[in-house]
Amino acid sequence: MTEQMTGRKGPEGAERPPGALRAPGGKTPPSPPASAEPPVPSPRDLAARSPHHQASRADQPQPRPAEPPLPAQPQGAPLAAPEPPRAQVTTPGKLHATGAQALVYALERVGADVVFGIPGGAVLPAYDPLLDSQTIRHILVRHEQGAGHAATGYAQATGRVGVCMATSGPGATNLVTPIADAYMDSVPIVAITGQVPTNLIGTDGFQEADISGITIPITKHNFLVTRPEDIARTIGEAFHVASTGRPGPVLVDIAKDAMQATTEFVWPVPFDLPGYHPVTRPHARQVREAARLISESRRPVLYVGGGVIKAGAAAQLRELAELTGIPVVTTLMARGAFPDRHPQHMGMPGMHGTVAAVGALQKADLIVALGTRFDDRVTGKLDTFAPGALIVHADIDPAEISKNRRADVPIVGDCREVIADLIAAVRAEHEQGRRADLTAWRTQLDSWRGTYPLGYDEPGDGTLAPQHVIERIGKIAGPEAVYVAGVGQHQMWAAQFIDYENPGTWINSGGLGTMGFAVPAAMGAKVGRPDATVWAIDGDGCFQMTNQELATCALEGIPVKIAIINNGSLGMVRQWQTLFYNERYSNTDLHPSSPNPVEEARKLAGTRIPDFVKLAEAYGCEGIRCEQNADVDKVIERAMAIEDRPVVVDFIVHRDAMVWPMVAAGTSNDDIKFARGMAPDWGGSSE
Amino acid sequence: MTRHTLSVLVENKPGVLVRIAGLFARRGFNIDSLAVGPTEHEELSRITIVVNCEEHPLEQVTKQLNKLINVLKIVELEPGSTVQRELILIKVRADAESRSRVLETVSLFRAKVVDVALDVITVEATGNREKLDALIKVLEPFGIKELVQSGMVAIGRGSRSITDRALRPVERSA
Repeated sequence: MTEQMTGRKGPEGAERPPGALRAPGGKTPPSPPASAEPPVPSPRDLAARSPHHQASRADQPQPRPAEPPLPAQPQGAPLAAPEPPRAQVTTPGKLHATGAQALVYALERVGADVVFGIPGGAVLPAYDPLLDSQTIRHILVRHEQGAGHAATGYAQATGRVGVCMATSGPGATNLVTPIADAYMDSVPIVAITGQVPTNLIGTDGFQEADISGITIPITKHNFLVTRPEDIARTIGEAFHVASTGRPGPVLVDIAKDAMQATTEFVWPVPFDLPGYHPVTRPHARQVREAARLISESRRPVLYVGGGVIKAGAAAQLRELAELTGIPVVTTLMARGAFPDRHPQHMGMPGMHGTVAAVGALQKADLIVALGTRFDDRVTGKLDTFAPGALIVHADIDPAEISKNRRADVPIVGDCREVIADLIAAVRAEHEQGRRADLTAWRTQLDSWRGTYPLGYDEPGDGTLAPQHVIERIGKIAGPEAVYVAGVGQHQMWAAQFIDYENPGTWINSGGLGTMGFAVPAAMGAKVGRPDATVWAIDGDGCFQMTNQELATCALEGIPVKIAIINNGSLGMVRQWQTLFYNERYSNTDLHPSSPNPVEEARKLAGTRIPDFVKLAEAYGCEGIRCEQNADVDKVIERAMAIEDRPVVVDFIVHRDAMVWPMVAAGTSNDDIKFARGMAPDWGGSSE
Repeated sequence: MTRHTLSVLVENKPGVLVRIAGLFARRGFNIDSLAVGPTEHEELSRITIVVNCEEHPLEQVTKQLNKLINVLKIVELEPGSTVQRELILIKVRADAESRSRVLETVSLFRAKVVDVALDVITVEATGNREKLDALIKVLEPFGIKELVQSGMVAIGRGSRSITDRALRPVERSA
């Protein structure tokens, strides 16, 4: 039935932007309804910021080389209106400007201080006024995917909105992966893309891609802007939507001619978002009901997700946990939301969670889920997840509540407000003498934690244990450093063996599982928090997907530290092949030293392809290799001492190390193994 | 599985329908029928969607729809308290011999003849799904050459309107 509406044909089809569908009969252009929202900038956007302006502007943006052959003059420049004097920029009210200038002024007004991007034909007009901005630092990346992940790393490290920019077509489609990544992990980023001029939209023009259509399923919202007067308002709306409610990526696609045309720049500008009303205040009755369940339960658990970090609610969480004595588990996205060394912390739940955390959820009679979404990697086989538990589920996104597991007490709200209200409601319960005795439960969990601690075996052949390397990085760099991981075994070990004490110190790709996330995200995190030590814990497979951003780091003065946990294979996939595919290692070998039937490959045995130390040096970074246990601490300390350029440490580790504990995909959490073939003894005493 | 009729008030902006239809497809819902049109407010369009699904998935898809920035309001219309209509145009064979019987059927259903040719007449009818199904069934023996049907539109009975509240400014925390 839907084809009748989705076809692009029809009398007005030629003028219509791709995906531009108007309800039949909608004759008039949309006009802002009376209920347009007041221009409330997000408090997060306006949080104190220190514009660290880049001193050197030597690296002028280069046009994407793929422009059509004709231009003798750079596109966009001839049409640009004369620059208004900079002094006018801060003057409120109207300002004569091109659409591109309006874009840059709006970015300045919403507080964007860093933009990661690459110019190209359709976005060229925007890059011209960007050159004059006194407050926006543009960082020229080497691939748009790097720009997107950098924006995510920046946002995760600072709590502010990350910004990336790309041209139309391939520039925009290269942003698809990081946008999807940010969507899955609810990260506030704004992606700005140039689009071909309006008269070319829908004609398969050069470098045309319907990026707003493409990104509908992976953005919180997106916009296609074809009129210059809409640009500033749309940027304001994009930042507002990205950073409020459940955060998420927003894409703004701007037609080139809209950027070239002149308009009046007006700021502030009322939003036209009549359908956007995120709920942050929890319902008092639901909170009281949750508090009542808390005081009646005997085996409660606080199941904490990334929403607690996004809400800035770590302090409130700690207060609630200590007030109630309830044990805490923190998901992969929530590592750092609750201090790892806290006696009530049972660790991370899920597929590679601790026995104590998984057991706590399975045997609980009450789960208080805060800013988390009952992901399949946490619940295991859903219908066997926490069978005896009542569920209190607090989330800012109503659609997450009862999506996977039915909530007995649903609470819609921002975690900081929910937890603050819960604290008050629990205090009221305590004052009336209602308080649960959790001694037996805590003893039970402590015994699981003591019996089944996280651990690993040192390889017998003298090679490095990857877990040891990661553990030592965590110990030497300490809990104030920021750790950024790729995806795979090294990510799980980094989640397990580094002690996180502070929110915002653990950044990874949780939902989408994007290999290649670490290097660009670490770059973004370091830009956002230049005073923090930023370590990327990466795999050799992941590293090869995005390491070109080392050039960006070296040239832009972004001294990140990269630890390549180099096992010469796609380790997590190999682990699954070991466990579930009879050790048939189909295409997981990245190392040339293994017996390979191809003669050419045999000749290369023993060489390093690529040689990561040489590669690091080629990119202007310090390259260090570490192959022996005795050198691990020395090498990490040497890397810590280098602050004037990026460091890449190639840790050659044992290739057969596996991530344990493990709940095999699709099986029940009850069948967790803490080592191969080893199931914990739950004791049964708490049931 | 039960049939549910959702009335969705949306901003009258380009691309809105694709967001809604895409969301249904992505979340694994088959749309039985869909109709879009303007409302008494020029900045709003109204989409009537008929889906076949269980209660829980319907709640989930409604919540997901509500998250779309361009969606202002979603109401499920219960058949008992709403008027539901579809429009059908049928080209049915009617030669000199059968024409009078076809016309008799048409008038029995209070349908209209909107076009006549030598061997065929085109019939227009409105009604609920059951009535139109019955009409198709009785016309079939004459020979249906072509048939086109609109999506269902529906409106609640009584004086209340789903649009008036949607346009009131809503508290941020509401």
